[in-house]
Amino acid sequence: MRSGQILKQTMLLAGGIIMLMPFLWMVSTSLEQGGLSNYVEAWTRVPFGTYFLNTLIVTGLTLIGVLITSSLAAYSFGTMEYPGRDKLFLLFLSTMMVPQPVYLAPSYVLLAKLGWVDTYLALIVPWTTNVFSIFLLRQHFKTLPKSLYEAARLDGCSRFGYLWRVALPLSKSVIATIMLFNVIGSWNSFMWPLVVTHSEKLRVLQVGLSYFNQEQSSNYQLLMAASTFSILPLLLLFLLAQKHLVASYSRSGLKD
Amino acid sequence: MRTGSRISPYLYILPALIIVICFRTIPILASFTASFADYDIGGFHGFVGLSNYERMLTDARFWNSVSNTVFFVLGVVPAGIAIPLVLAMLLRGDLKGKAIYRTIYFLPVVTSAVAVSVVWTWLFKPEAGPINGVIIALGGDPLMWLREPRGIFEMLLAPLGIHPTGIFAGPSLALVSLMIVSVWKSIGYNTVLFLAGLENIPNNYYEAAKLDGAGKWGTFRHVTWPLLSPTTFYVLIMSTIASFQTFALVYVMTPPPGGGPLGTTNVIVFYLFQKAFDRFDIGYASAISVFLFIVLLGLTIIQRRVGEKRVHYS
Repeated sequence: MRSGQILKQTMLLAGGIIMLMPFLWMVSTSLEQGGLSNYVEAWTRVPFGTYFLNTLIVTGLTLIGVLITSSLAAYSFGTMEYPGRDKLFLLFLSTMMVPQPVYLAPSYVLLAKLGWVDTYLALIVPWTTNVFSIFLLRQHFKTLPKSLYEAARLDGCSRFGYLWRVALPLSKSVIATIMLFNVIGSWNSFMWPLVVTHSEKLRVLQVGLSYFNQEQSSNYQLLMAASTFSILPLLLLFLLAQKHLVASYSRSGLKD
Repeated sequence: MRTGSRISPYLYILPALIIVICFRTIPILASFTASFADYDIGGFHGFVGLSNYERMLTDARFWNSVSNTVFFVLGVVPAGIAIPLVLAMLLRGDLKGKAIYRTIYFLPVVTSAVAVSVVWTWLFKPEAGPINGVIIALGGDPLMWLREPRGIFEMLLAPLGIHPTGIFAGPSLALVSLMIVSVWKSIGYNTVLFLAGLENIPNNYYEAAKLDGAGKWGTFRHVTWPLLSPTTFYVLIMSTIASFQTFALVYVMTPPPGGGPLGTTNVIVFYLFQKAFDRFDIGYASAISVFLFIVLLGLTIIQRRVGEKRVHYS
């Protein structure tokens, strides 16, 4: 029994070291020849400050959009009864079956026709709703007892007031899940911003890092420094919210 | 008031509906339409029937991207099930340091594919990269990793005097390197799914197995494995769907215009990307999109069908 435990721990430890190794190598290389000054050098050689700011703007505004559109739509789909509801919901769900690369090219053509290519609008607007978030919130709203709604209405609460003052405060955990998924998704998104923006002043962090990688391909200390500071914000978020995050991932079975 | 409350359910979904229709439904339908059209940098030149699809059938580069993708999926998916399953079995129950291990294994999941690619490009660097450093320290010969176009079976069998060619040479070492990174990145996520699946197996099954005198392997074979099958199946399909769409790793680690040494890491989505955005060959890119969509839809349908029946036991 004891030797079994030791074997288990040894295997897990070995696995953990292998999993962690790339991160350790990343940090140690970033500190070679010059130490922390590599970070300053990487940060100033290309405008990483701008890339960070762009990523923050895109992530923040996208999140606000998703929260507003998803709570409104989920409230309607989950608590109201009206003709066409299920068909509309199916229309939403059906888009989840189609992965992004499939409609990437026509999306670009559409953005070009709208004159949105290389603007913040292209980075943000198409992602201000998220069907999976609507789905999660709808499932949760469906579990709220009808009597709660009726009682609130009797107390003079409007339909919107019920959503704002009763339903949403009762959904904090689902909202937190939605926020985490969307922040991670926007922060790490690469293909879309790569395609829809060209100018450096609109470059987001992931695209900036990939160009930096091409330009500085032999400057490992700088590349590892840039990788380190570009994953740091999400790493901190993950460490702070990991319990909730891991639970959300395992419940919903969804990544990226 | 009455009409107000009758239309208000629609008003609540309106903002989301506008976005979904404009930026999902319309581009999706446009993708199907464009696949039957001659649509390039100069714009729309009329419908051409199935000619984009005919071109696809005879395009060797397209089929090369398909076979690379299939190699990729066949490599990543089984490893992405086996390793997490073992880890989940080890992590199950009360274990010292469980939370720390889970954190470590999960770290790559939340790390961006671009940063991961930049770091692994360095690790795989043929000259002076840490992985070759370890190999040399252990007395082995350094490898070319991401720049190696030779097939993995070709390399393994060469010392025996066997020289497989074509598809039998296997995926290039460059593609295998990408598989390693992909598996490393998804281990944590799949482990968490398996852990949740293991926790759902009622304890009395294990007690019954114990009473029947089943050993560790017998318990795994006759209790854990069959009862875990819904999770395993879910992980199988989801990883397959995700692996079919690999892009960032290929783009960053084996950068354009190549798609790796001799095109050996050029996977479907990368090829689609090249056609659409390097050549602006929208019609042809759309036909490839539709092909990809049909494959993924097929997998999704299988998942739903079998998932409903519950890949099952008892």
